[in-house]
Amino acid sequence: MKRFRCEEVVELATAYMDDALEESARGDLTAHLAGCGGCERYVGQLRATAGLLGRLRNPQRHAANGSAEAPPEALPEELPAEARERLLAAFRERRTADPRSPL
Amino acid sequence: MGIIAAGGLPPDDVVVAGLRSGDEELFARLLDEWSPGMLRVAGSYLSTRASAEEVVQETWLAVIAGIDGFEGRSSVKTWIYRILANTAKKRQARESRTIPWSSAFDGAPEHDGAPAADRPDRRFHGAGGPSPGAWREPPARWPTPEGEALAAETRDRLAAALAELPPRQRTVITLRDVEGCTSEEVCEILAISAANQRVLLHRARASVRGRLSDYFQVAARPS
Repeated sequence: MKRFRCEEVVELATAYMDDALEESARGDLTAHLAGCGGCERYVGQLRATAGLLGRLRNPQRHAANGSAEAPPEALPEELPAEARERLLAAFRERRTADPRSPL
Repeated sequence: MGIIAAGGLPPDDVVVAGLRSGDEELFARLLDEWSPGMLRVAGSYLSTRASAEEVVQETWLAVIAGIDGFEGRSSVKTWIYRILANTAKKRQARESRTIPWSSAFDGAPEHDGAPAADRPDRRFHGAGGPSPGAWREPPARWPTPEGEALAAETRDRLAAALAELPPRQRTVITLRDVEGCTSEEVCEILAISAANQRVLLHRARASVRGRLSDYFQVAARPS
């Protein structure tokens, strides 16, 4: 059994989270985490970071307690309406002119 | 399965048949469902919103033109994201000839990322100490997670942390953690190895975690 150092655990955290470690290494790392609050917290925070990033996907709503500061820089969320229309027209033109089309 | 399950769209064979036969309603649904994510991914390559929008439009035009040639070797979404990544990369190369934007971040200092090999990581005891490689001081606790909506300021911090990553790290973490792709999907979209994908993702996550830590600590300090 390998005794991981904290420094190594921190480097392997993403591989651990992705279940990409060999089984024995995974077991040893799990054992290290069970006995090391610092590493356990680090891995938890890395997981939380990924989770918070995933929430950027949700449509942007100003939180209820949103302060009066300037609105955050808008994350790109939607295509502008003109672009959408143009693409729909391109689709119509290209795809429905197809003789195989039932219409 | 990562990005594929979300959204309640019909299965791939139905999507492909619909696109080929000119089902405009289906195309509109794909457009609305996938464009936001595509804009974020294109934005990971490019410095302006306008460029990202153009890349997404160009990608959809390529999809319209190329759906007949789609061979089903990957999912439709992975195929589209692959076109997107290639289109964005070309655009990035073109823009960086005029504005050296992408290279500006390559030299950004790594904080809390992987330490340079020749420089000891100060977070851990050195070789001479009593417990080499162990935390000098374990990471500080973070506040309990926020409710459903991310506070605008947390969004800002996350966006800023992403913006300062080296470009390749930014694209990988955007695909994996923001868009929710699996590692296999990311490897396919970017044509990189699993090991490379993991290194880029790990560096990126470690940097963003470090930025969040700084932020939470400042926020926690009594004023």
